Amino acid sequence: MPASPHARSPGNPGNHGTHPSAEGLATAAARQTYRRVQRHASMRALLLTLPLIVFLLSTFIAPIAMLLARSVQNHEMADGMPHLARALVAWDGNGVPGETTFALLAADLKQARESGQLGTVARRMNFAQPEFRSLLMRTARAVGDDTPAAWKPALIELDARWDSPETWRLLKRAATSPTPDYLLAGMDAQVIPQGTVASVPDNASVYREAFLRTISISATVTILCLILGYPVAWLLANLPEKQSHRLMLFVIVPFWTSLLVRTTAWYVLLQPGGVINSLLSMLGLTSHPVALIFNRTGVLIGMTHVLLPYMILAIYSVMKSVSPIYMRAAKSLGAHPFTAFVRIYIPQTLPGVGAGCFLVFVLALGYYITPSLLGGAGDEMISQLIAMQTNTQLNWGLAGALSAYLVIFTAVFYFIFNRIVGIDRLRFG
Amino acid sequence: MQDKRNTVVAERVAWRWVRLHTALTLLFLVAPILAIVPLSFNAGSYFSYPMTGVSVRWYEQALTSPDWQRALLNSIGIGAASTLIATGLGTLAALGLSRSQFPLRSVIMPIIISPMIVPIVVVAAGFYLIFAPLGLVNSYPGVILAHAALGTPFVVITVTASLLSFDQSLLRAASGLGATPWATFRRVTLPLITPAVATGSVFAFATSFDEVIVILFIGGPDQKTVPRQMWSGIRDSIDPSILAVATMLIVFAVLLFASINWLRGRAAAASQALG
Repeated sequence: MPASPHARSPGNPGNHGTHPSAEGLATAAARQTYRRVQRHASMRALLLTLPLIVFLLSTFIAPIAMLLARSVQNHEMADGMPHLARALVAWDGNGVPGETTFALLAADLKQARESGQLGTVARRMNFAQPEFRSLLMRTARAVGDDTPAAWKPALIELDARWDSPETWRLLKRAATSPTPDYLLAGMDAQVIPQGTVASVPDNASVYREAFLRTISISATVTILCLILGYPVAWLLANLPEKQSHRLMLFVIVPFWTSLLVRTTAWYVLLQPGGVINSLLSMLGLTSHPVALIFNRTGVLIGMTHVLLPYMILAIYSVMKSVSPIYMRAAKSLGAHPFTAFVRIYIPQTLPGVGAGCFLVFVLALGYYITPSLLGGAGDEMISQLIAMQTNTQLNWGLAGALSAYLVIFTAVFYFIFNRIVGIDRLRFG
Repeated sequence: MQDKRNTVVAERVAWRWVRLHTALTLLFLVAPILAIVPLSFNAGSYFSYPMTGVSVRWYEQALTSPDWQRALLNSIGIGAASTLIATGLGTLAALGLSRSQFPLRSVIMPIIISPMIVPIVVVAAGFYLIFAPLGLVNSYPGVILAHAALGTPFVVITVTASLLSFDQSLLRAASGLGATPWATFRRVTLPLITPAVATGSVFAFATSFDEVIVILFIGGPDQKTVPRQMWSGIRDSIDPSILAVATMLIVFAVLLFASINWLRGRAAAASQALG
């Protein structure tokens, strides 16, 4: 509601003619009182929502912000090997650093090993280059044993990698915070020794492909839901009340059934020895089991099943409010029913179609359970990769970067959705 | 004349086609859920028809297993506690949001709705990051707070819709007749929105009851809920007791839905009585 208090405020002085009389002063006072009352009312309204806002900011927005912040933070080196990290940040990054830095490396490695921080640093360095962990672990063991006259030659003799500028370049990158490295890695890019950004080799490009796959699965599911859902919504909106209520149960009951139950159902149905395959072979349609699960087919079937009710309900609620008058008018003016339907009816239902499509697409983007249980090796969606980074790789930086892309992408779609449809109009069930 | 007849034929064909399409689509929606119900009574341990015999052994196994019992208790406890928080905070916020003078709507609405929109894996990972240093990972308070946050938008949306739909002149009438704001709230507003508050809390409870991913990230072995237990059941060793649990959950879903319908009926009756 754009009705601002000013627009409605009583007594616009301009209308009161020429003399600034007592009446004018009285209106000014009234206006002031009115404004004060309005201000109080909006403060009271705001105060009522305050507990929820505080609750959501602290338990919901803060965690997400923290995860997204991880995508540019580089705290492992600075925490675990502070002296070396400081020296490396100051270092110009050319060639191999001198004896002082090597000595700091030795001292910090020893310190980190004793304080138990070495594992964290080693894991962090492994994200930059596999086998960095073994280099650090091996060196840390060696520096604990004895103290040579000069660290540089001793460590280079221990492992020739300490003589490589690349090793030191990676350490410097890991010591610099904030870093763009995770955000680049999430797009399959990296900073190469020359200092420019380049794509990783094609065969290593995991995430760009995963994003494209996520978008393509979500788009396919959205289209499938639209094709399946539109006629159903139409019939439900045009049948007599009693019949449509009864049929609506077929949409609502699945909608209310646990996501996991529905995924389990498909898991059982789609298996090679499952219900659908035994049905097919009983009917003599197939001689051996059709691969319906652990591949894209399984993901699409499962996700379409889960998201279809959202589409039907969104379109149905708009179709219910479409007046039949225009269709009748078009037909009485001689339009073919098909033409009338396409040119008169469908345009009136587009808000519902938009709502359904946006809703299904946005929900599909973040899916995790259904693709994890019904998909195969080539069907991972971005959510699964985020979970993998946090649960098994413990690479929170990369998880944060992937999350940032997913959240930004989802937010963009949400704002389009809100602009076109309005989130307030969502109904469940 | 010919044209007219063609038109009628075309309409009839289209109508039939839509009916067939709808029948098949509704079958697609319902059949998988119904198909697993008989299989849960299978005497054998296979997931396909024909069944080898009828037995309730999988129900017995599910209901007597300490794992499932614990999961059920956890689901109910966590669901109830998080629903209480979500309903309280959400109803209060809805009372503020439904006022016409509410400021900063465009900033605050996205915050309130965000639990429905942000991909759940991102949310769960974030919860882990912030709860771990506070000692809330693998704890009931952590899971309850997280589930409460996820449930709030449903309460806010449902209650706000109900507050906006009833006749605001009732409130003016009450205060015009000399009722204090608190009396107006207690005697007019509250009875009118009670069904919506109850509906919102059913949604919040269902959200918690169906949630797996947050539990996977921040719940420990002690906090296993029914969906969490099902998830590990499918991943590790799929045995038909999962189907027994699934069947019970389907019945539960129908009950929840029926309760919502009943609440809607009451809401309609209430506004009719006052309108």
